[in-house]
Amino acid sequence: MAVLGLYNYWAVIVLMMAGLYILIARYNLIKKMIGLGVFQTSIFYLYISMGKVQGGSAPILDDAVPLYSNPLVHVLILTAIVVGVATTAVGLALIVRIYEEYGTIEEDEIKAIESREHDA
Amino acid sequence: MIADQLPALQIVIPMLAAPLCVLIRRSFVCWCIAVLANVLVLATSWAIFKQVQSEGVIRYALGGWAAPTGIEYYIDSMNAIMLLLVSFISCVVVVYAHETVRKSVQTGKHYLFYAAWMLCLTGLLGISITGDAFNVFVFLEISSLSMYMLIAFGSDRRALSASFRYLIMGSIGASFILIGIGFLYAATGALNMVDIASRIPDAQSQRAVLVAFSFLTIGLMIKSAVFPLHGWLANAYQHAPIAVTAFLAGTATKVSLYVLLRFFFSIFGTNYSFGGMLLNVVLLPAAVAGFVLMSLVAIFQSDLRRMLAYSSVAQIGYIIAAFCLASQAGLTAGIVHIINHGIIKTALFMSVGCIIYRVGHAHSDSLDNLFKKMPFTVCAFIFSGLGLIGVPLTAGFISKFSLISASMERGWWMIGVLVLLSSLFAIVYVGRVVEIMLFRKARTDNPQPTGLREAPLLMLVPMYVLLAVSVWVGISGSATLSVASDAAAALLGGYQ
Amino acid sequence: MKLYPRQRHRVLQIVTKLVIPFVLLFALYVQFHGDYGPGGGFQAGVIFASAFILHGLIFGLQRTRQVITPTALRILMAIGVLIYLGTGIVSMFLGGNLLDYGVLAHDPKHGQHWGIFAVELGVGVTVTAVMISLFYGFASRR
Repeated sequence: MAVLGLYNYWAVIVLMMAGLYILIARYNLIKKMIGLGVFQTSIFYLYISMGKVQGGSAPILDDAVPLYSNPLVHVLILTAIVVGVATTAVGLALIVRIYEEYGTIEEDEIKAIESREHDA
Repeated sequence: MIADQLPALQIVIPMLAAPLCVLIRRSFVCWCIAVLANVLVLATSWAIFKQVQSEGVIRYALGGWAAPTGIEYYIDSMNAIMLLLVSFISCVVVVYAHETVRKSVQTGKHYLFYAAWMLCLTGLLGISITGDAFNVFVFLEISSLSMYMLIAFGSDRRALSASFRYLIMGSIGASFILIGIGFLYAATGALNMVDIASRIPDAQSQRAVLVAFSFLTIGLMIKSAVFPLHGWLANAYQHAPIAVTAFLAGTATKVSLYVLLRFFFSIFGTNYSFGGMLLNVVLLPAAVAGFVLMSLVAIFQSDLRRMLAYSSVAQIGYIIAAFCLASQAGLTAGIVHIINHGIIKTALFMSVGCIIYRVGHAHSDSLDNLFKKMPFTVCAFIFSGLGLIGVPLTAGFISKFSLISASMERGWWMIGVLVLLSSLFAIVYVGRVVEIMLFRKARTDNPQPTGLREAPLLMLVPMYVLLAVSVWVGISGSATLSVASDAAAALLGGYQ
Repeated sequence: MKLYPRQRHRVLQIVTKLVIPFVLLFALYVQFHGDYGPGGGFQAGVIFASAFILHGLIFGLQRTRQVITPTALRILMAIGVLIYLGTGIVSMFLGGNLLDYGVLAHDPKHGQHWGIFAVELGVGVTVTAVMISLFYGFASRR
């Protein structure tokens, strides 16, 4: 049962692979951003679940609470979430501009347009 | 007082320049701010470099919290070299950028361009200076995000899709690095690099360290565009504004290579990375295939920027091959090549930028007899091209010579032969362009614009400054070698 | 009954008007409680911005832009970063390292409070401005 006891890692693996699969297999740029979001979220989950201490409470110093979770990972992930938001924003902004320029957000169609341009 | 605060100033100055640009918004003033900040950063990094040489490692505790608790900036000779290289290249290119940006970027957006540039510089310097593993990730993302933005400033619409592709690849790479750092933290309970390095020997048997190692390897390979994972690089280099390409080629991949060095040599330790994990079994074939194949591919490119981009992937192959030797001589060769290639490739892209500024594009078939019209630009291209090939008395010769002699020392003579083969390819792709620019008669249906003149002085002067430095490096030779061998010794010796 | 554009979604408009002050107040609470308990600039900035985004969704971008103009946002964005860095630089001038809050007041403990307060204020201002301008940027595209 040791394998099932690590269920948080299973969740991470499933999310991470789902995100990576979307990134690789989908041509739609918005879906790619969604995949990237899922992928990054799985990493946040990996960090957060790492900091959990069995039976520990929220990390607010108080004499009544002897045991608390590791707060450091939360701080790290707060930063990583902000980075993730920024990445998503930049990505979506690029997609908006790509749509304005190419009239499509399907990667294969964009590639077709580009190769036609290249030949011309 | 100011001598103690130098490491902080290194980050604060460019970071301060970015919001100032956003506030002021006048194109010319923003450029002045950017140049001023860059000159100050360059002076700071020179002072740090001198200080490290005379006094050894500098450790700077941010917020006054000492190392294991807080974040510290840790500067040994390797970091000092990277700081100097990044700030020097950025300083030269930002002066150069003024004319190209005025021509190819919408006037209303210039302030954003310079603000993004300053943020990118902050990120790159931050990666090179920090002694905290997680902080590396944060600075990496600061530099990458602003780099995506800078690439998207390109005048061609293909810049947008190139930037998006770089964003996807770069984010995957950075996420892999984040996972790796997470597993390292899980295994050792530390984020400070010195701390992690001291705890790795006890944690080595844990599988988490192995997982961390694999994720970091892949992530850093993507970020530094090592051969099979270089897909984002060619398009990004080709379609970005040319000043950005010069900056990107000289610094971004080099800084990622530095992170790779730092993790594999200082943190995991040479024995673990190359003895236990057999990293060279993975990296060496990739590196060798990279420099042979990519030099070959470069021959068939008609766009100069794309040709130089593939050549960059090849040069990264040389550097990785040098690291794989995992010896003092090999590491020295790799570090020297980081410095030399950063300078030479930036100079090459700057000369291509001058051509684009006047001709409008950089297709090699329409550069017939360009020497007549733009002699200084073509001269700069030829001299830095010779450096790229590795002709004696140029900077490139020193790094290639030390790479070959280092591989002979390990008894891997095949690498030496392949390096020579790839240099032959380099002669072909550089020589082909030089031949067109010098000798080919201008055709009657010449697609060159009429009234073609030499590029403006503000572009030529920074280019020639860079060129002068590369010539000085090539002729004096021993100066960079001794600095690099100090750095190599520091990396191989691990943290004290 | 014929409704003029202004009168559409009357219920939503009035509820929004009621809710927005509380959202802003909660954001300020999260902001200024940040140095004692959970909270801080990032969260507060997002909550503060969400009030404006809600206003934009219900009343239309035009009216929100009159409340807070893109130029104001650009200036706020820069000023937030400058507050953050300024705190660090002041601490350097007072003899500490960068962002060493201990030197900001006579008692290091008070100094820490002051420093965290100023830094979180800078973060909050920037995050608010960035979030609202992201909303403007995407919502104003056709």
